[in-house]
Amino acid sequence: MKQQLISDATLVSNYIKGDEASLEVLIKRHKQRIYSFIYSKVYDRDVSEDIFQDTFIKVIRTLKKGSYNEEGKFLPWVMRISHNLIIDYFRKNNRMPKFDNNGEFSIFSVLSDSSLNAEKSIIKKQVEEDVRRLIEELPDDQKEVLVMRMYNDMSFKEISERTGVSINTALGRMRYALINMRKVIEKHNIVLTN
Amino acid sequence: MDKIYSRNSKNNNKLNPKDETIGFILNYSKALSVISYKKLKFELLLN
Repeated sequence: MKQQLISDATLVSNYIKGDEASLEVLIKRHKQRIYSFIYSKVYDRDVSEDIFQDTFIKVIRTLKKGSYNEEGKFLPWVMRISHNLIIDYFRKNNRMPKFDNNGEFSIFSVLSDSSLNAEKSIIKKQVEEDVRRLIEELPDDQKEVLVMRMYNDMSFKEISERTGVSINTALGRMRYALINMRKVIEKHNIVLTN
Repeated sequence: MDKIYSRNSKNNNKLNPKDETIGFILNYSKALSVISYKKLKFELLLN
């Protein structure tokens, strides 16, 4: 009861003069209001503790440096400091958003596993096998050019040197190979997509 | 007499900072001293 009789202004003045106990009285008198105010804005106990602590560190430094002008408004002044620190906290958080996976946004919608799952790898193997069989059906000259170009990754210049035909002939054989493969695929309704 | 079905919220006295936080602030205050030299002010933190 005695504590309540001493005004904030007197306590602040005593604290500046070196009475550490006055600060304890001030904190205990206003802690709930200040803490509730911070919590009502950030809705996080740990963040509230941090901001509460930083608020009073600022209060202590200002008081000890003698930069505080007592106008009988200790609590509004402390609330203003905590308000500014809350704004700082949100500014910092906007620059570096946290992904806690509690809200609608899920980090896993952005990250994906690029490796194929079991089903997709089986389908991929089947598609590759179908393509190989289609190639086997091609006439030999077309098959030779297509295998060299697609599987051996050779240039048409290299293919023409290897097969002894002109580049234009190699290009033409490649074109016909693709046309013939497309024809067979369409005719038999072969699905070659994963 | 009417029964009171509502219960007092247990959160009423929960919105207080932890004792450790207040302890830290008080210790910080005791450790901090500001030394003035002419127009300059130096902060000293003695733990």
